Amino acid sequence: MADSKQYATFFLDGLALGVEVLKVQEVIRYQEMTRVPLAPTMIQGLINLRGQIVTAVDLRRRLELPPLAEGRLPMNIVVRTEDGAVSLLVDEIGDVVEIQDEAYEPPPPTLKGVARELITGVYKMKERLLLILDTERTCSLPAAYANAVRPAA
Amino acid sequence: MDEITKEFLVESYENLDRLDRDLVALEKDPHAKETLASIFRTIHTLKGGSGFLGFGKLEALAHVGENLLSKLRDGVIVFNPELASALLATVDAVRFMLGQVEATGQPGDRDYGELIGLLARLNEDGAGTGNSAAAVVPAAEPVLAREDLVSEIPAASAASAEVAFKPAATATASCPPVHVAPVDAGPAVHDAPNAQNSAVSDSTIRVDVGLLDKLMNLVGELVLARNQVLQFTNQRTDSAFLATSQRLNLITTELQSSVMKTRMQPIGNVWGKLPRVVRDLANACGKQVRIEMEGKETELDKTIIEAIKDPLTHIVRNSVDHGIETPAVRAGRGKPEEGCLKMRAYHEGGQVNIEVTDDGGGIDLERVKEKALERGLITAERVARMSEQETLRLIFLPGFSTAEKITNVSGRGVGMDVVKTNIEKIGGTVDLQSNPGEGTTLKIKIPLTLAIIPALIVTSGGDRFAIPQVSLLELVRLEGEQARRQIEFVRDVPVYRLRGQLLPLAYLNRELKIETPPAGGESAPVNIVVLHTDGHPFGLVVDEINDTEEIVVKPLGKQLKGVASFAGATIMGDGRVALILDVMGIAQGAGLAGEVHDRTMSEGGAAVRKAADPRQTLLLFEAGQGSRMAIPLSMVARLEEFPRSAIERSGAQEVVRYRGQILPLIRVAAHVPSVTAAAGENDPLQVVVYSEQGRSVGLVVGRISDIVHETITVKRHAHGRGIFGSVVIQERVTDLLDVQSVIRAADPTFYPAAA
Repeated sequence: MADSKQYATFFLDGLALGVEVLKVQEVIRYQEMTRVPLAPTMIQGLINLRGQIVTAVDLRRRLELPPLAEGRLPMNIVVRTEDGAVSLLVDEIGDVVEIQDEAYEPPPPTLKGVARELITGVYKMKERLLLILDTERTCSLPAAYANAVRPAA
Repeated sequence: MDEITKEFLVESYENLDRLDRDLVALEKDPHAKETLASIFRTIHTLKGGSGFLGFGKLEALAHVGENLLSKLRDGVIVFNPELASALLATVDAVRFMLGQVEATGQPGDRDYGELIGLLARLNEDGAGTGNSAAAVVPAAEPVLAREDLVSEIPAASAASAEVAFKPAATATASCPPVHVAPVDAGPAVHDAPNAQNSAVSDSTIRVDVGLLDKLMNLVGELVLARNQVLQFTNQRTDSAFLATSQRLNLITTELQSSVMKTRMQPIGNVWGKLPRVVRDLANACGKQVRIEMEGKETELDKTIIEAIKDPLTHIVRNSVDHGIETPAVRAGRGKPEEGCLKMRAYHEGGQVNIEVTDDGGGIDLERVKEKALERGLITAERVARMSEQETLRLIFLPGFSTAEKITNVSGRGVGMDVVKTNIEKIGGTVDLQSNPGEGTTLKIKIPLTLAIIPALIVTSGGDRFAIPQVSLLELVRLEGEQARRQIEFVRDVPVYRLRGQLLPLAYLNRELKIETPPAGGESAPVNIVVLHTDGHPFGLVVDEINDTEEIVVKPLGKQLKGVASFAGATIMGDGRVALILDVMGIAQGAGLAGEVHDRTMSEGGAAVRKAADPRQTLLLFEAGQGSRMAIPLSMVARLEEFPRSAIERSGAQEVVRYRGQILPLIRVAAHVPSVTAAAGENDPLQVVVYSEQGRSVGLVVGRISDIVHETITVKRHAHGRGIFGSVVIQERVTDLLDVQSVIRAADPTFYPAAA
């Protein structure tokens, strides 16, 4: 019996992505948000999650994908990180899937840009590929942002 | 470490704290059967626990202690100071062993033979002399034994042990008089209090603070859900539903306040340790001190209780060591020999006040000055100019100490400054009052909780923001015509004259880059929130000022740590999140911090930004007929208007009365040859007040035009008197007024030393 892992899957601009199910705290539908002026654009806003304030990261922007079509509301996948809970905004939630380790492959070396940094591997599923996202890195600011968060006054 | 040992440690530490208190109380009232019974039970529990866990040494010590106590309890021996010291030493030894258990799992390999011997001997002595008071007299031999013991007690507890032992030598002389009434050993008293106490311990349980925090969050969420339910009640007429939601409302409110209470602890929990501290210290210093407490039940958030523990202990030690005099001195001053230390805690205006008052000698101001000078903390000139209150506050300087020699107790110079910083860290203040010969009062004000702060809620760009009230000075609202006229708003440096003082303005919308449709157009009222950072005021223009509210501060995630404009976030009554503004960050972002005044140089970023900004802020004005002139805004103290009728004469000098002083007026036009005075005099007179070394002079100008913020290059060429050079501002040539030469020309005595 080969080892396997469980992943929570979701969709983003037609891509199937997954995060380790153990990292996921909960999945909730769209919440009203408070925008944060001057924040990096990938920060969509702040959510009140039962008295806890959670930062919502626009995953489309984070992965440099085009914005969601007008009128469609994203879903929240709240993941646990070292720095507390962070919500990832995604288009649609998929199933939790169990995948054998042997179906795993590292991302192709030709993968470039942000994706290269955030995607740790690829699972070959029957009908499609599942990209595995590093939640910790996804929830951190890209280095370029960290230094230039504050626009010159 | 296994769970059982951990439980044992937690419980034992608690018990030891109670033992300290009880023993000191017992010394005061040796016949308090209830207290004795409680002490006995505590030691007994300890013995049982250590025996069960196989800490033989601990058990042995507890055993002798228990034997002694059982005799005490049964009235075979009478409690006396010597016994108290021995028992307190036992407590210290037990505490040390517990520390060892916690660190290593074993009670350590110290030998407590001496202490055990002493206890056993006291036990026999007591038994021998029965219930006579003779047991009090210390024999020569036990004193020696005790001194040997001091070296035996491990380093950690040596200090307190030493203190605990000293009194024995002077037991009869300095300890509070023990009323040796004939022992009416009342065995009848035994049973009732027993039952009562065990009921108390049965009714409490220990709860993890993390769990309480979680409860608190859940209740917060429940409150929000309740609010939403209540909104439905407006639309429904179903009476059953209305009644149920009414009930839900009441229960939620009650639950909320109960959960809040779980985090609150009475200040008595911290004070509990103090009687022992005072007793030991007083005995060590050969003083008699009685401690009085008022308001023990005053409640504070647990985190704050933790934070004030050490500062309070330090203050109390200070009062006993420095404040209260020796009995001889006190008698000489006509005071009772026993000094009194009074602790008082009470709620006032959403804050908790704690006062520590002693009836000692007060603070000797001259000595404070001397010491501060001696330690090089301050210069002689400054000392000479200091007020009483300022002098008192010298004791809060780092490195200050009046102690002649470094002792166990004080004189290390790490003292009141640490107390002050620790209290300020939790948003509190320390105040000091001292009457020579009568005593000293130290007053601490601290917030009820750390997490909840009062804040002003404002709206800008449709979003709500909270501004911590600590930074708030006042609110100004300008309406209609007033709004347009009074904000002199040029380029990016808008300024408002707040009672004549130039108040730089920042627009919150612009600082946060949030676009807003102009509400109400031109005539919309302007709301200015006057804030200060490090004492420098500035105005923040917001769309709307809502209300003040107590808010719960929540930290922002690390993704937002880089945004200097926000200090955190909070959840508003309707469940939405609002950001808390960081006033300092906003001021820096707007370039308002450290513009005129040198400050925050320690903050690298601000300093760099300042140095890199070659722009200067200049005040533009017309001196006379059509002449544009400028002076650096940093030279302007104020802008004033005076009616012509206010001008008076002092000799040949035109003067006006201004803020209780005489302000000489200098007409710029008269002293700068290149300027032709305007035909008609303006009324009111436009005056730029210039101050230097406490002296002021008013420069009368034709008209104040603008304030600009620009990079300037001064071109100096042949200029007339009173002109420093010329610059190009707003694409027009502007003369820079040479203020100093103009003033010198008008009043040669203005710069006495500089000239």
